[in-house]
Formats: sequence, structure tokens, C-alpha cells
Amino acid sequence: MTDSTMTVAVDWTSEQGAARRRRRHAADRRLRAYGIGAISLAIGLLAILIITLAATGYKAFVQTMVEVDFTISADLVKADDIPAGNFRAVVANAMSKLFPEVEGRETRELKQILTNNTRFIVRDAVIADPSVIGGTMTLRVPASDPFDQLNKREISRDLPEDQRRVNDRQITWFDKLDAEGRISTPFNWGLFFNADSRFPELAGLAGAIVGSFYALLVCFLISFPVGIAAAVYLEEFAPKNRLTDLIEVNINNLAAVPSVVFGLLGLAVFLNFFGLPRSAPLVGGMVLALMTLPTIIIVTRAALKSVPPSIREAALGMGASKHQTITHHVLPLALPGILTGTIIGLAQALGETAPLLLIGMNAFITSPPGGLMEASTALPTQVFIWADSPERGFVARTSAGILVLLGFLIVMNAIAIFLRQRLERTW
Amino acid sequence: MNDTAMSALATEATNPQTVRTPDEHPTNFKIGANDVSVFYGNKQALFDVSIDIPERAVTAFIGPSGCGKSTFLRCFNRMNDTIDIARVTGRIEIDGREINESDIDVVELRARVGMVFQKPNPFPKSIFENVAYGPRIHGIASSKSELDDIVISSLERAGLASEVKDRLAEPGTGLSGGQQQRLCIARAIAVNPEVILMDEPCSALDPIATARIEELIDELRQNYTIVIVTHSMQQAARVSQRTAMFHLGYLVEEGPTDQMFTNPREKRTQDYITGRFG
Ligand SMILES: Nc1ncnc2c1ncn2[C@@H]1O[C@H](COP(=O)(O)OP(=O)(O)O)[C@@H](O)[C@H]1O
Ligand SMILES: [Mg+2]
Repeated sequence: MTDSTMTVAVDWTSEQGAARRRRRHAADRRLRAYGIGAISLAIGLLAILIITLAATGYKAFVQTMVEVDFTISADLVKADDIPAGNFRAVVANAMSKLFPEVEGRETRELKQILTNNTRFIVRDAVIADPSVIGGTMTLRVPASDPFDQLNKREISRDLPEDQRRVNDRQITWFDKLDAEGRISTPFNWGLFFNADSRFPELAGLAGAIVGSFYALLVCFLISFPVGIAAAVYLEEFAPKNRLTDLIEVNINNLAAVPSVVFGLLGLAVFLNFFGLPRSAPLVGGMVLALMTLPTIIIVTRAALKSVPPSIREAALGMGASKHQTITHHVLPLALPGILTGTIIGLAQALGETAPLLLIGMNAFITSPPGGLMEASTALPTQVFIWADSPERGFVARTSAGILVLLGFLIVMNAIAIFLRQRLERTW
Repeated sequence: MNDTAMSALATEATNPQTVRTPDEHPTNFKIGANDVSVFYGNKQALFDVSIDIPERAVTAFIGPSGCGKSTFLRCFNRMNDTIDIARVTGRIEIDGREINESDIDVVELRARVGMVFQKPNPFPKSIFENVAYGPRIHGIASSKSELDDIVISSLERAGLASEVKDRLAEPGTGLSGGQQQRLCIARAIAVNPEVILMDEPCSALDPIATARIEELIDELRQNYTIVIVTHSMQQAARVSQRTAMFHLGYLVEEGPTDQMFTNPREKRTQDYITGRFG
């Protein structure tokens, strides 16, 4: 320490001084450059991820459709019992009418152009509009996966015939349909409104979206109130002692526990001990709630801490009870922070795969769940299932599924940012 | 109010036997503190303070910063309860009733003993809601129109009505510092307390806003017992009728303000008043 009254002669114009300042400026510039470099790297990697996903995934957002005129003769379909109608024959007749020259065993190859489930599509259309019985009905039916791929140039016509899944005859038929203007590739609404299917051209995310929605709903309904109650107790009521310190450390550790462990816990406790149904969004949501709880407790405590003590003093000084101080003043002021944190926690839960795999939410289920207890998949597990499927069509759908998942995550995070900016107060 | 307890208190009071306001009206004691000590953990912040606070008058606590003025003030509405490590010993009576006893409800106590803080701290709600908060939680108003009346008359008594009448729905935090502090005073008097505690209410305000608050304090003393902490001797001289001087957690001396400033008994008071420390 130098004496404060001592004056030191400083020569601000000296060469050393100038050099020292230059070095300091250079250090500033270096730090900036490192920062910019790091951010560019992160953004670049993210861009590569999105671009590769979009490049493989975009083809799943359109679907090759074939326009076919179906004659619904009253012999094959009885108006009083439509589901029992012979729709297989209806489809076969429709195709023969388009290609009268095709006969015998080749009709099978012809029918392969349309998706395997065409007869159910026709049946459902007739059920929806029984007046067509005895007349004809024009429908656009999804092309089966090989022809969808052919149309999207995923299957090359230059390959030798025995190396591709469509033969030369089928290509000729398909081209004839195309020349007649019967082939179109509209936006694939089925991706969002169909449930999973063995056939890629019919497989969609509806089941996964509904399953994820239910699971997140359960997760929110459990983790939000419990998390807030726990955080309010710890922050506002708990005495500061060893026990609460221990609880606090444990909650922080819990937030760092790998999610697969929560899955194992859910398997052991919810399924094996309580006997809840496998693959159910209820159980998925409960497991995700366990995972999200520490996050919500931590963000809620941080939000409560950030409420200025002067507000508490003002309320307590007015004679508000502790409970009134918290519910009238502290919680409303902390709410933006709590909501933001909760949404980010839920977004994490939405993308979580491992715990859902362990409780069986990766089952093959062809209809959206009708309730919390029905078997279902979720978005990330659906992506997992598709990534595992051999058909070419599922490759694009896997990427499309990831894009949809990312879309939901971006929307949720955007809501969080919006809420933070709208509700945040200054005082 | 308990008259016998009050007169008992008055005769019990150690020094001086009769208190006179400058208007020469004999006065009663509202608050009596006996041997009050406060500990923060192991550290003692206040040592055996005994003092009587006269009714419907302004009592000022002065002393260098950190001497325990706020700590003592916060004993009167038990705000020290909100600090985990704080412990209060001794007796504090308001109208002859010991306030640290277990049958005293702090919620009711704090309604009767209002507080205004150093930094204006209106709730981040509308001006109306700020003032209406106390009457609401204590169930004072029986109807919406009665609540409106309470809010308006409190704002009037706090000298704020003319400035905010047309914008009661605007946030209280949008007012100027001085207006915010008057809003806090309006909020405190909306529940019609008997005592108002003010902890350096002007320290965050400019001189004009300060003068405005001091005028207000002078008006309020007609109806309320006011205890004000201030680090400004001039302010104590201007607004108070009695002054108590604290130093290092001890009450050095107390008495009528004019006497304290013209003829203090203790050397330390003299030194502080003349600016030799603090
Ligand atoms: N919440 C607290 N925790 C611990 N010590 C405190 C707390 N508040 C005040 N003190 C201590 O008590 C003493 C008196 O403080 P205070 O009453 O605020 O003084 P003043 O208002 O006269 O400036 C100081 O030494 C201060 O450090
Ligand atoms: Mg103070």
C-alpha cells in the first residue's frame, strides 16, 4: 500500500505507456474474436443440423397421390352393412378399368401401385357418404412407398430392374397414370393426421403428438403445483438448518440425474409396483414430472429470490400474513420467471426419449390414444421407432419427425421468451 | 384503550416525570419500552433501551448510522420477527399491552402500527390498489364505495389526492420518488393506524419532496403517534417534539427536541449535533 498523499509523476505520453495501452486494446480485440468465433461455430453446427434434417426430411412433407375412380356397385357394397362390403373387389375393379389390358398375375403388381390400405380408405369414404353406392366416386389415394419414392426420384430408373423395388412394367403403368394427370404430390397432411402405420406412405405423427400432449399435460399438472409448493416452502418457510441444506443439495443433484434413471424408477415403481398400464401417457407424464420437478423447483426458487425484499417488507408492514404476502405479492411477481422456467422444463421433457422407452412408449400403435391410460407413443419415441424401420420412406419421415419435434420446441421456447418480455416488471 | 394502564405507565416512566409538547399540553405515553435489547445471532445490536413515546406527537430517533435506530424502530411493529437471526428481549407496551406476548396477533399489531420505509416501496400495482390493499386484507371496507372513500380520503390526508386523482389506475411505481413515498404514507394510514413508524422516509428524496413530506408529518401528528428515524439533525429539529439520541446500540439521551438541540445533557449528543462525529 502506498501512502495516499504521495503523488506519483505519470508521463502519459511515454513510449512504454503507449505500448501498454496497445497491448490492452489488442487483448480486448482477441477476447471479442474468441467470442465471435465460438458463436459462429455454434450457429454453424446448428445450421448444418437443420439443413441435413430439412434435406432428408422435406420429402416427407409431400406425398404422391393417385387419382382413381371407384365404381361402388350395389352388389359388392350393401347399403345396410357397408363395413362388410367387398372393397377389395372394388379396388381391383377400379384398377382393371384403368388398365383393361392387364390380366392374370400381373393385376397383383398393378394393385401394388396403390397403398395396401386403399380398400379401407374407400370403405371409410363410402361410410362417410353412403349416397355413392351404385355410382362412382373419385378419390386421391396415397401411392405405396416404392412408387412414392419413384416419383420423388429416390428410386432411380437407371438401376437394373432386379435392384429396385419396382419393375419395368410397373414403371410403365405409373408413367401412364402420370400422363393422364392422375399423379399429384400435394402437402402430406397425413403426416400430422395419421397415426403410425406399417406402411410409410400412411404413417403419421398424430398418435405421437396426442401422446406427447397427454404426457406433457400430466407432467405439467404434477410438476407445476408440486414444484411451486416445494419451492415456496423451501424459500419462504423452511428454517435454515442441516436438514433443509441436505434437501437443497439433493434437489440440485436430482436435476443432474440422467433421465434414463428416472425411466428405471418409473418402470420399477409405477409399472411393477403400482401396476399402472405400460406405454400409457399417464405413466410417461409421471416419469417426466419426476424429471421436470427439480428444474421447476430451482427456477421457482430463483424467481422468488429475485423479488425485492422491499415488497415483502411493504406487505408484512401492512399487516399481511405470510400467506397473503406470498400469494398477493411475491408469487405474482415471480410468476413470469416461474412460467418461463416451467416452459423450458416442459420443452426438455418433450424431447426426452430414454425414460419413455423404458416404460414402453415405443410400442407400435396405429391409432392415437383415446385417453391417459391407453397405449401410445410420444414424438421422440416415434422418431426412434421410425429411425429403426428399414423402409426407405421412413428415413424421410424420421427427419420430418425430428423437424416437427424441433418445431414444437422452438414454439415453446418462443412462448417462454415472449412471456418473459411481456410479463417482466421493473421496479 | 386502557386508561388505568396508561396512567400507571406514565407514573412508572423514569425520566422525565411529565412530558410536555411545545404547545405545553401535557401528554400521554403511547408506547413504553423497557430494557429492550436486540441480538442478530450472537451480535448484540441494541442494549437495554428504555424510552416512552408520547401520543399524538413526533418522536425522532437520531444517531450515527449503524447505531441501531432502525433495529429499535422495527421492534414496535415486530418487523424483527421477519429476520430469522434476530432476537428481541425486554418489554414493549403499546397502550399498556405487552406486544411481544404470544396472544398478540402481529397481523393486528401491524395494522395498528403502520410503517413507512427508507426506500419508497409501493407495490407494483395501481395507485388505487396500493392504498386499498390494507383495508382489503383487514376487511375494513364493507362495500366498494366505502373502499373508494377510504382510498380517496387516505390520498387526501397524504397530500397526494390532487396529483393522482385522475390516474388511480396507473401503476404506483410510475410516480416520482416523493409521490411514491406519499403513496406509501397513504397506504399506511388507509387502515387508520394509531402509530406510524417512519424509517428515514426522506433519505431517498430531493429537498423539495422532503419539505413536502415534512409538512405532511406535521399535519399527521394531530391524529397519529409518529416515530421517525432520521440521520438529519435539521429534520429532527424541524418535525419532532421529542428526540432520542442513539450511539453504538445505546440510548444516549432523550428529551424535548428544543432542549436536546439547545442544551443537551450528554457530551456525546453535543458532539453529534455539532457534527463532530457521525
Ligand atoms: N438483518 C440484520 N442482520 C444482521 N445484522 C444486522 C441486521 N440489520 C442490522 N444489523 C446490524 O445491527 C446494527 C444496527 O443496525 P441498524 O438498526 O440498521 O442501524 P441504523 O438504522 O441506526 O443505521 C448494525 O451494526 C447492523 O450491522
Ligand atoms: Mg437504518
